[in-house]
This record gives sequence, structure tokens and C-alpha cells, in this order.
Amino acid sequence: MTDSALTPSHFEAHGHDHAHAHDADHKPGFFARWFMSTNHKDIGTLYLIFAIIAGIIGGAISGMMRAELMHPGIQYLPTWLAMMPGHENPSFDDALHFWNVLITAHGLIMVFFMVMPAMIGGFGNWFVPIMIGAPDMAFPRMNNISFWLLVPAFTLLLASPFFGGAGNGWTLYAPLSTYGEPAPATDMAILALHLAGASSILGAINFITTIFNMRAPGMTLHKMPLFVWSVLVTAFLLLLALPVLAAAITMLLTDRNFGTTFFDPAGGGNPILYQHLFWFFGHPEVYIMILPGFGIVSQIVATFSRKPVFGYLGMAYAMVAIGVVGFVVWAHHMFTTGLGVNTKMYFTAATMVIAVPTGIKIFSWIATMWGGSLRFPTPMVWAIGFIFMFTVGGVTGVVLANGGVDDYMHDTYYVVAHFHYVLSLGAVFALFAGFYYWFPKMFGRMYSELLGQLHFWVFFVGVNILFFPMHFLGLQGMPRRYPDYPDAYAFFNSIATYGYMIMAAGMAIFFINLVWSLLAGRKAEGNPWGEGATTLEWTLSSPPPYHQFETLPKVD
Amino acid sequence: MRMTGFLSILAAAVLALTGAPALAATAAAANTAEPVPMANTTSDPAIAPKPTPADPILTATGAARAPVEHVGQPTDGWYGVQTQVTKTGEEARSFHDNILVPLITVVSLFVLALLAYTVIRFRAKANPVPSKTSHNTLVEVIWTLAPVAILVAIAVPSIRLLAAQFAPPPKGAVTLKATGNQWYWSYEYPDHGGVTLTANMLKEQSEVQPGQRYRTPADGPRLLAADNRVVLPVGVPIRLISTAADVIHSWAMPAFWIKLDAVPGRLNETSFTIEKPGVYFGQCSELCGARHAYMPIAVEAVSPAQFAAWIRAKGGTMPGAAAQTGTTPPAGLPQMSPATVPAAKTDAPFQPAPDNATTPVAVNGTAPANERQTGNTGTLSQPSGQ
Repeated sequence: MTDSALTPSHFEAHGHDHAHAHDADHKPGFFARWFMSTNHKDIGTLYLIFAIIAGIIGGAISGMMRAELMHPGIQYLPTWLAMMPGHENPSFDDALHFWNVLITAHGLIMVFFMVMPAMIGGFGNWFVPIMIGAPDMAFPRMNNISFWLLVPAFTLLLASPFFGGAGNGWTLYAPLSTYGEPAPATDMAILALHLAGASSILGAINFITTIFNMRAPGMTLHKMPLFVWSVLVTAFLLLLALPVLAAAITMLLTDRNFGTTFFDPAGGGNPILYQHLFWFFGHPEVYIMILPGFGIVSQIVATFSRKPVFGYLGMAYAMVAIGVVGFVVWAHHMFTTGLGVNTKMYFTAATMVIAVPTGIKIFSWIATMWGGSLRFPTPMVWAIGFIFMFTVGGVTGVVLANGGVDDYMHDTYYVVAHFHYVLSLGAVFALFAGFYYWFPKMFGRMYSELLGQLHFWVFFVGVNILFFPMHFLGLQGMPRRYPDYPDAYAFFNSIATYGYMIMAAGMAIFFINLVWSLLAGRKAEGNPWGEGATTLEWTLSSPPPYHQFETLPKVD
Repeated sequence: MRMTGFLSILAAAVLALTGAPALAATAAAANTAEPVPMANTTSDPAIAPKPTPADPILTATGAARAPVEHVGQPTDGWYGVQTQVTKTGEEARSFHDNILVPLITVVSLFVLALLAYTVIRFRAKANPVPSKTSHNTLVEVIWTLAPVAILVAIAVPSIRLLAAQFAPPPKGAVTLKATGNQWYWSYEYPDHGGVTLTANMLKEQSEVQPGQRYRTPADGPRLLAADNRVVLPVGVPIRLISTAADVIHSWAMPAFWIKLDAVPGRLNETSFTIEKPGVYFGQCSELCGARHAYMPIAVEAVSPAQFAAWIRAKGGTMPGAAAQTGTTPPAGLPQMSPATVPAAKTDAPFQPAPDNATTPVAVNGTAPANERQTGNTGTLSQPSGQ
């Protein structure tokens, strides 16, 4: 860790910043600052605002889904669809198709427009340059276009329901996404992914360049904070995985519009090829969503234990290992597609291997706390919640890794429960942990501790009631992506919907806290967390000067 | 939602390749192939079901066999896997219930206990001065190797289970071909004179026009009951082949621990042996469009003799019995009185000429040996393009 890294010379640099705060804080006018930004902190803020908006939309869609699923039968879908222009008298099939549009939108929004922008674009942009002692990202203008590509991407996706709606699931499996859905909405969703993918590739290039070339003197790779390590590994995953997605969905586009038959058996194509390409991207993608969370949790646990991270090198290289192994396990998403026995055996074994570095991380976090002097402000509570919830999501992953067992759970609610435990309770807990941890730094004001703790407990109870019963639904066989289900699944579905309501109440607390803190929160000092907070961002004022480290800090 | 032109080419291709190995050529020539069950002609369950009596009628009373609660269907509020009625399903269930679930519970509780202890023991009040320890090689080696050992211990039964699931069915297996369509299943018994049937979901009484068939409790639960059930013999290995005529579907039967994607242009294969007579329900398990939730899978498992009688009633033939039968007219279903069932047995439906329902189980009894021999002989799925 960089913990011990701060030297007197560094604090001089900090003082230097202050002395020149007048110059350093010279900000452009509103339009130039927010629409033509080259400042990593402003772009990070833009990403966070974007992610929050996308999260509200994606979360509202999941609320619609839970409402519809609260009872057996079709309740609301025709009514909702009738509210959309051009659907005054929707047929029953149109209403069912609208369900598929909802689940597709929920998945795509949460993955590409909420978690990724918040983790990498938001916190990555804000804190990677500061943590390595750099004044900004390596390519500030590219940073700007990375963000602004997301806006048309999201607009395309949000507009697609008005052009027929893309109801193929976020995986866009061919041939349902080729000749199965002629409406232009699917083309729009594909183009949205192209733009979001380009945005992420540019961002990844920017992060890799920044981390390799712009570290302050003395900040060796093995002294970088673990959050920077996590973003570095994530950036490599993005760089290697996203082009494969781009290729796959380009083939979808040409199959749809230009008469190719990559995925159409009538022309010699193979629908399974699409799945291989998609999941070669898709599995690294799940680590793209969780690795920065690992980094955030490492920073927070160390800070509030007042102790350096236990087994720093093991933690860093566990992430590298997860990233590497993450590229060779993709077909465990395809266990029921007719893979051969040897293929299934290999992917079963390879998938289990991932549990080892993941276990190292879990145990190292606990060992970091072990012997520490623990305090439990809001970010720490979220981080501890993350550790346990991610463990629960991880162990069901070990169950699903068994190809022979997965035949039963595949495409059931067991899988839905599993990936929401690692994402909705894993990645999202890490996001909230990071948000509360860095809120004083980013916005210069303290959040309300009471509301923050309340947010955690209400949300924690809510998501567990929401997602834990889904394990049982899956074990009883309830398939995913169903708007209506046999009556025998009614009980746990209604429980899950109550859980959603509690979770939504927790989110209301979050937004109240957010608004109140921004307007009336206590002014935050440079380091509100005390001596455990050893990374470079805590040596700056809160919020940091518009341009930090004009004289580079020195790290021993 | 569909492009009919594409679909017909595709469906024709699927039809052609199921019959002939040289698929590419036949697919090209398949424009003139025989009519295929197009989705838009039969996908509406209100139209498709024949207003004939419940089919199959196999009990002595002439009524459809009623499903049994808690078997072959989900149970409200229950949290485990469904009761398994196949050998591999039981092996998988045992692996899951007896090894995996206890293990993940212990691991989760262990992590929770460690966290709880740490949080209490090392809170700032109890431990004001933090230690500076940040390395302990021994501990790190232990928590790397212990998970490795646990995973290896899981991998052994896991790999064994996969080998068992992939054991090729022995000779005499009954082949069932399931074709996914938007949004119904069609079935074929290619070794039994090409008996075919189409299974649509049964609608509720409130949803059908007067005079149309609707679901009754004897048909099964809402959304699970189909107008035509797949009939399969118990104790006889079943070879399931799946494909699809339009988009990807998935033939799933929780009580058998079977889920096999139905992919256009491919033939996937798996096998299982049902050990208990009964009615079992599953649902399409790969997103296939609007009515994804409305194409149930209903299997009625009966004695081999009843199966043979049913096959003949559908106008099919039992393998090895073709010379003497094949005369039963398909029209109408004969009442399966106890008297007709023994008559069916004389047709020697299964090699080696079983005379009652237990002999095929003996055939199945040879399967485990087979499984061990052939468990890792490579892929069973046959991408039709290869």
C-alpha cells in the first residue's frame, strides 16, 4: 500500500497547491466546464450524475418487473404498454413482448449505463489520477469523448422502446435478435452497445496510459493503491473483451440488415457462435463490474481499520489472476447449449479455479480488519456488507460452476439470485461504499451519518428479502424472463416484491441524504477519516483544487 | 415478431437435416419441402388444440392421468430442488443437497462468524492501537491451499456426474425428438413409425371460446398443462434430441435434471431413464420471444406396455414389431382396458422381449456399466454442420 508513502515533501506539495489555489482553481464558464470538459474530476462527476440517472431509470424498470411478478397472471403489462404512443390497443402478444423489452432494458442499463460508468468513469476518473499523484488523465479530450459517447448511446437505448422495443434479453442471443425481431429497436440497442463499447475502450486506453506513464516519482506499481490496481486490471479486461463484443454485435447487424448468415443455419451459420463470442466478452464483463469494487473495498477497509491492507501483493495479483482466468471460463454460461462432455468438464474445473483468488481477497479483507482499530462510519458498514454479500453470491457461483448441476439451475431464478448477489449486493454495495467514502472529498461536504447508516440497513434488509427467495424459486425450477408463472411460485415472488419495496425505501433515504448533504452538509476537511486514510486524495483539500499536483508529490 | 420467409427456409432446413446427414445441400433444396408446422398457423393455443378427448388416455377409466402434487411440478413455498425421478437426476440432487449446499452454508457462516468476531473484538473501543501486521506467509498459503483442496474435493463428484450424464444410451433406447417453435413444442418418435404430436399450452376456461378445450385440474397446473403430453416409458433409456424451427428454445424438465437447448440448425442430444410413472412438467428455458412463458413441456411416464399401446394407437410401430403390426388405425383412441394391455405386450416392444414392466428396468440396469465405460468418450452433442 501507499500507506507509509506520504513524506514531508509530499505535504509541501500539498501546501504548494494551497498557495496557488487562486490560479489552480480558475474554472471555465458553465458551458465550457461541463460540456467541453477536460478535467478528470469534472468528467468523473458527469459520469456519476449519468450513472445515478441511469440507475433511477433501471431501478424503476425493475420496480415495474417486481410489480408485475408480485402475483401470478398478467397484471399491468397491457396497461403500461397502452400508455406508450402507438400502442393504444395492445394485443396480448405485444404486452408480453413489452415484458421482454423491460428485462432487456433493465439488464443493459444497469450493466452498461449504471455500474460501469459509476465504477470506472466516476470513481476511476476522480481518483486514479489523484491516487497516483498525477495532475489529470493522460488524454483529457479523449476522456471527454468517452463520457459524451455514452449520452447518444443511452439515448438510443431509451428511444428503442418507441420503435418496436428490443425484447431479446441483454445477451441479444441470435437468432431471436436477428430474424426473430425485425423491428428497428434491436438495431438501436446494438448501436447503443457499439457506442458504449467505444466509450469504454477509449476510457480503458486512457487509464492504462495514465497509470503506466503518469505516476508521481516514487509511486512504483507495487506501491499503487489497490483501487488503482483494480482499475488497471479492469482497463485491460475492457480493452481485450469489448472488441469481441463489438465484432459479435456487428455480425448481428449485418445478419439483420445486409443478408449475411453468421448466425443463421439456413445459410451455414451457427447461433451458438454468437453465444461464444458474446460470453467471451460477457464473462470478463462481470469482472469489469466487480473488480473496481474490490479496489474500493480494499481502500475503505484499510482506512477504517487504521491498518495497511493485509497481503498487498497477494491482493493485487489476485485481481490479475481473476482477470486472466476470467477469459477462459466463458462457456459456463452455455452449459445447456449442447457442449460436449470434455468441454463441460474443462469449463467446470476452470470456473472453480476463480474461487481461489476470490477467497484470497475475502480472507485478506478480514485479515486487514484483524488486529485493527475499527470504526464503523457509513462507508465501512457498506464495505463489510459487501464482503459478506459477495461471499454469499460467490458460493452460489461455485454451485453453478458444476456443469452437471447447472443443467438444473441454468436459466432459472437461481442464476438471477446468484448474479444479483454479486452485482446488486456486491457491485452496488461497493458503489455506495465508495460514494460515501469519497463524498466529502468530491463535494466538500459531509453526508449525514444517520441517514447513511439508515440507508445501509434498510437497503440491506430490502435486497436480501428481494433476492434471497429467488434461490428457492430457482431450485423449484422457475425459469428466468417470465412475465407470468405457475401459481406454485406465488409465495416467494410476493416476498421478493415486498423486498423491492423496502429496498426502494432505502433508496429514497439515499436521495434525501444526497440532496441534504449537498445543500446543508457540514463542511468537510481535507481528511475527514483520520490517520487510517493514507492515499494521496486525503492530502488535498475537500473538494480538491481544480488542478491538483502542479508540483508532483514525492512518494517513498 | 417474425419474418416468415426466413422462418420457412429455416424450418425446412431443420426438417431436412433431421432426416438426412448431408444437410447443406438438402437445406438449399428444401424450399419445396413438405409443409412444416409454421408458428403462425398453430401458435395460438386457442386454435391449435384438437377438440378431441384428452390425449393420451391411458388409465383404465379412460381419463387422463392426473398429476400428483409435489411431484413433477413446483410446490409453493418450498425451497429445495424438485423430486428427481431419474438416476442421473438423483445423483445430481444428492451431490447438490448433500455436498454443495452444506459446503456453501458452512463457508458463508464461517466468513460471517469471522467478520462478526473481528468487528466485535477489534472495534476501536476494544482495540485502540492497531497492529501493524500486514503479512503472514503461512496464513496466506493456508487460505490459498484450503480452498484448492475443497474445490478438488468438489470436482471429483462433479466430473463423475458429468460422465454419468453423458453416458450414451444403450441399444433399445426410445428416441424422442423435441422441436421448439414459437411458441409450442412439436415431438416426433423417429424410431416408432414417426409418431408426431404437437403440444400447446392449455388455456384457462375464462380465456377460451365456448366449445374449445380448456385446462382442467387433471391436465395439470396453470401454465404447465399442455393439450398433448409426451408419453414415455419408464425404466427404458430415453434418447432426447432437441432442435428448433425458428429461434432458440430450451427443453427443460426439472424432475429429470434435464435442460437441453433447442437450437435451430443443430441437433442436441442427451439421455435419461425415468424410474417412476407419473406426469412431469417443465417450461421453455431460453428466451424465445413474446410467449416464452407459454410453451410448457408435459411428460407422462407410463409402463412400457402402455407406451407400446399408445404408440400403436397413434399409428406408429414398435421397433422389431413392424412386420406384424402397423395396422392399428390412428382414428380415435381405443379405451385401454386392462384386457388390451397384455395384448400389447405380446408385440415384444423392447429387446430382449420383455414381458412386463420390470424387464426394461433390467435393461436399464446395464446402463451404469455402460456409463462407466463410455462416460468420457467425447461429445454427444452433434452440431449438425459437422
